[in-house]
Amino acid sequence: MQLTNRSKVASVKTLNWVEQIYLPAIIKGMIITFSHIFRKKATVKYPEQKRPIAGVYRGLHVLKRDEQGRENCTACGLCAVACPAEAITMEAAERQKGEENLYREEKYAAMYEINMLRCIFCGLCEEACPKDAIYLTDRILPSNYARNKFIYGKDLLVEGTAPDQRVDVTGRKKNYEMNV
Amino acid sequence: MIDWWLILDKVILVVVIFVVSLAIAAYSTYGERKIAAVIQDRIGPDRAGPWGIFQPLADGGKFFFKEDITPNAADKFLFILGPSLFITTALMTSAIIPWGKSFFFGEHEFSLQVADLNVGILYLLAVVSIGGYGIMIGGWASNNKFALLGALRASSQMISYEVPMGMAIISIILMSNSLNLREIVDMQQGFHWNVFYQPLGFLIFLICAFAECNRAPFDLPESESELVGGYHTEYSSMKLGFFLFAEYINMFISSTIIACLFFGGYHFPGIDSLGLSPNWAAIVSICVLFAKIFFFIFFFMWVRWTLPRFRYDQLMRLGWKVLIPLSIFNVLATGAWLTFVK
Repeated sequence: MQLTNRSKVASVKTLNWVEQIYLPAIIKGMIITFSHIFRKKATVKYPEQKRPIAGVYRGLHVLKRDEQGRENCTACGLCAVACPAEAITMEAAERQKGEENLYREEKYAAMYEINMLRCIFCGLCEEACPKDAIYLTDRILPSNYARNKFIYGKDLLVEGTAPDQRVDVTGRKKNYEMNV
Repeated sequence: MIDWWLILDKVILVVVIFVVSLAIAAYSTYGERKIAAVIQDRIGPDRAGPWGIFQPLADGGKFFFKEDITPNAADKFLFILGPSLFITTALMTSAIIPWGKSFFFGEHEFSLQVADLNVGILYLLAVVSIGGYGIMIGGWASNNKFALLGALRASSQMISYEVPMGMAIISIILMSNSLNLREIVDMQQGFHWNVFYQPLGFLIFLICAFAECNRAPFDLPESESELVGGYHTEYSSMKLGFFLFAEYINMFISSTIIACLFFGGYHFPGIDSLGLSPNWAAIVSICVLFAKIFFFIFFFMWVRWTLPRFRYDQLMRLGWKVLIPLSIFNVLATGAWLTFVK
């Protein structure tokens, strides 16, 4: 019974003498390769030219601050629990008097590390985060020579306070609003 | 009495030809990579200088600074002799090629041919065959199974394809009544290019030229994917550079020979009707020859990035069962035509 129109009848076809010379086929092939010379090139000249990345791209993490420049993270540890690769580790500390401009809530992460070699960039940490603190971004993890350089601490993860140092995560946020 | 002018002429010409051959070989590597790239919808080397034109210099410099390894089990003398022989013979073949019409400085004639041998073609075949020894010695002296296999393939391939190549040349010689390359070229003045009289001979010669240069689809001696580089597996640094370089010189010389034997060499239809002075005519003739050469170098690369490699039995069958009978037929047909028709 014929199910689709795509099926092809296999045959053991012997070549006739013109085909056995192979020259017509070779000329045909050479015309094809010659036509490729004028095609549009597929190359992206990487450092100068970057491939457009989707808004929902899951790249390097960022620890967000709120509008007043205070760290969102309260070191609840939900991201570390959610992480299937067990890449996240943190140490909590209590906010002292006078640090209200640094941390949004009474508890904060004194140490927060992500092992980028373990991380699988699944995005479960941002899904788990109740405080809007951790997001994946469209930045790409740079290469390095030493394994211990891939353990990213707060110095690399927390975004800066200056307006131009803020990391845009609207693409990821929109992703969540759509899914929720 | 020694003709000092002649010696000076020849020394200048030899130096110029060596430099030009080496420069063209160097830039063939660049051309090869660019052509490979555009055929595969890529851009190719573009980092070293504008459009990457300094890439060959960077590659050459890299070869010099690489560690030069000689394997312990290798035959030291032959290991060095192999690449030297290969590149020497590659450069030697350019001696008999007429690069253009003569220049005239007053009464003095400056011929653009190093040696006007009356058995030029025999010299060519002889020197090309010696080139095979370079590969064989290199592959054997490495004391490496892959290298030996590559060398074995190279030698049998070269022997197999020299026969039809010689036969194709014989049909040309029958038509020109001369073994002298300049006479063969001058015979094709106007538009009497040999390719129109000897299309079959041209096809056979072209296929054999690919095989002799170890170019794809006949690059079995190298075959990166099967033999880890073939005969030059154990070579490194500038010795490897010599092998690769010599191959590009061979390609340049074969393109020149094809242009000379079948495409009228430095002649171009209508070149005489321009009414140029002899020196200008010489310059134009050189440009015409080089245009033809560059087309064939491009053709070599074009074929390489189109066709896959032959299997070894296919290579041997093509050589012995197809090309040799065809070339014998071609010689007989040419002889019959010259005897009974003309």
